[in-house]
Amino acid sequence: MNPRRKKRLFAVVAVIFGIGSAVGLTLYALQENINLFYTPSELIEGKGPEKELPYIGQKLRIGGMVVPGSVDRVETSLDVTFKLIDTGPMVTIKYHGILPDLFREGQGIVAQGTLVEPNVIEAFEVLAKHDEEYMPAEIAEAVKGIKHEKPKYNLNSEN
Amino acid sequence: MIPEIGYFSLVLAMGLSLLLCIFPLWGAYTGNLRLMRTAPSLAVGQCLLVLFSFGVLIYITLTDDFTVAYVAHHSSSTLPWYYKVTSTWGGHEGAILLWLVMQASWTALVAMMSKSLPWVLRARVLGVLGFLGVGFMLYTLWMSSPFERLLPYYPVEGRDLNPLLQDPGMIIHPPLLYMGYVGLSVSFSFAIAALLTGKLDNTWAKWSRPWTMAAWGFLTLGITIGSWWAYAELGWGGWWFWDPVENASLMPWLVATALLHSLAITEKRGLFKSWTVLLAIAAFSLCLLGTFIVRSGIIVSVHAFATDPDRGLFILSFLALVVGGSLALYGLRVSQVYSEGRYKLVSREVGLWVNNIFLVVATLIVLLGTLLPMIHKELGLGSISIGVPFFNQMFAILIVPFAILMGMAPMLRWKQNKLPPLAKKWVGILVATIVITSAWLFSSFDEISTLTYLATALAVWICIATVVDLVEKVSVHPSTAQGLKRLGMSYWAMVLGHVGIAFVIASVTLTSAYSVERSVVMKKGEIATLNDYEYRFEGVNEIRGPNYGGHAGEVTVFKDGEYVTLLHAEKRLYDVGMQFMTEAAIDDGFFRDLYLALGESMGNGAWSLRIYHKPYVRWMWLGGILISLAGFIVLADKRYRRRKQTSVEHA
Repeated sequence: MNPRRKKRLFAVVAVIFGIGSAVGLTLYALQENINLFYTPSELIEGKGPEKELPYIGQKLRIGGMVVPGSVDRVETSLDVTFKLIDTGPMVTIKYHGILPDLFREGQGIVAQGTLVEPNVIEAFEVLAKHDEEYMPAEIAEAVKGIKHEKPKYNLNSEN
Repeated sequence: MIPEIGYFSLVLAMGLSLLLCIFPLWGAYTGNLRLMRTAPSLAVGQCLLVLFSFGVLIYITLTDDFTVAYVAHHSSSTLPWYYKVTSTWGGHEGAILLWLVMQASWTALVAMMSKSLPWVLRARVLGVLGFLGVGFMLYTLWMSSPFERLLPYYPVEGRDLNPLLQDPGMIIHPPLLYMGYVGLSVSFSFAIAALLTGKLDNTWAKWSRPWTMAAWGFLTLGITIGSWWAYAELGWGGWWFWDPVENASLMPWLVATALLHSLAITEKRGLFKSWTVLLAIAAFSLCLLGTFIVRSGIIVSVHAFATDPDRGLFILSFLALVVGGSLALYGLRVSQVYSEGRYKLVSREVGLWVNNIFLVVATLIVLLGTLLPMIHKELGLGSISIGVPFFNQMFAILIVPFAILMGMAPMLRWKQNKLPPLAKKWVGILVATIVITSAWLFSSFDEISTLTYLATALAVWICIATVVDLVEKVSVHPSTAQGLKRLGMSYWAMVLGHVGIAFVIASVTLTSAYSVERSVVMKKGEIATLNDYEYRFEGVNEIRGPNYGGHAGEVTVFKDGEYVTLLHAEKRLYDVGMQFMTEAAIDDGFFRDLYLALGESMGNGAWSLRIYHKPYVRWMWLGGILISLAGFIVLADKRYRRRKQTSVEHA
């Protein structure tokens, strides 16, 4: 092999090695770090055509609307519980800490945590979106049956 | 009437863009110098019109013209004037107009600064920039105009700017980020123009390099300030979330970093030409992809903007056209590209090449992690999320070989090196690294994990290696002053950039390892302790700002019984949107930040508070600023100054 070819081969092997190890590492890391997303009804009734239920101890993300009147705070501690709903049954979220600014009853939020009982999740993270009109895309889909919503410009009918 | 003038001015600008795209390219193709000569004036004219249009938007925002939908949606009469100006890029339509302003300004700058380029190349570069301008102006005029009216029924008051954006960081973050994003379109245009001309020689790399450096500098600064804003404004004490929107700006940065290094080889040694071109195309394509991700609503993000599938489709089509077109051109021309020059395994060429592989792999990881949830969902497999742990794990693995190499590579010479003397030097640096890292960590912290030690050592390694190399290069010359003078600006850029990265690595490591957080419920006069600091809650006052009310918690901080500072953390309620906002109180320091966020009232005068102790967190932004400086000082290099006497006009 002439030196030019050799160099080219070296380069190609390096690229393949780099990309290969990247993909390998990615897949390995993904196995551990993918969190499935559920809505409250999916959590109770099962997800997908097979109606798969999450197992106790599974890490997952859940998105729904905070049920008005369900936020229960323990005085003198940062423990809080609230209920989430989409179209069907409710699930309970337990959380310790300060809730995000945009967390409000009736608002869409996403929580990340571990399933501790079939309908109870212990969340380590609660997210509300920057935008006050936020509804997680999955919820919009579940509630309204729409995939994307065009931003509306009807200011006269506030909220 | 005034908004319509703004719109009309954009229409005219698009007309000029269209001409800028057609005339010079046609002129370059047919060898018609008169057509090519139209390019600079078209570019400048287009820029003036776009600037005028943006001025109109600022004017109607400042005068509270709520008949304009954009103003009604993103501003209000009570907003302070500087945030009114900010609101012109606080929403989608205005942000795209800002993009246009940047695009037109870069184009005009290129037109004015490229006088010594051969006309054929100059015309083609400006023509490609004109094409990109047409794309974005068409998008703005067609589906994203900020001048749309709400007539006849318009509100008497606007909806206000999202309180999260009412922050000094948000005034400068988007313009800087867009400067960087759009600046990469210049590198892209140079690459395409070089492919069209069929002459991928050193001239092209030499011209492209300072523009790429400047764009990259802005991008770095934009990302750094974005991270600082997230830290200061979001109240969660973090600085990076691996959110798709953040990833959208990180991917072009990684590829642009690879491009810079690759351009250096192409300029100095005439090697890796086709690879450099490919990186230039990739960097700008990733900017477009980022825009698509952020604007299309296809990805669930904590802070994605108002979204619209039609807009997403437009950007996707434009992306396909740009990427497809440039790759096709690349495929046609790449076979004509030959790289001369020989080099051995131990050489700077190989060092830079491996650096490029790492950066591209890192980009691929971010790309996969960002797009997989979307693909998974579109395939009907349900929603998944790929979060912080995935990216952290991947980057932790990648950074080790990358940082080791970053210390070693600058010492390598072009073409070939003898390994033994180098290896001896590296062993010496390694010993110094171990000594300094141990001294530093053992004197500062009680517990040190292997991982923390290793990562800190990487940062120290880069610093020492860079300094050793600097000293060596200076001491070759008879006097220090002369030696310092001899080092080129690109060498200084390398020093700043690498030391900046070392700062970031050290900061990320030490902050993640030693940050402590406590959520507490306190009544007036109660004391909480965290890391030698005592926090005494002094109670809560009512506050009133121009467009918000709320509460401010006062906390006095003591260390060893001595007064340190008074923290003033606010919880604001904005009048118009009735939105709560946390304004964290931060006592910043070179070695540690004290960070306090006010939670909610728990009744009986008790409040929840979150206290963070964050060591070395400030080094992150310090590092970011050093890195971006690296991008800017190259512009001062004599080699890149315009030399009038050498300017040759090719017909």
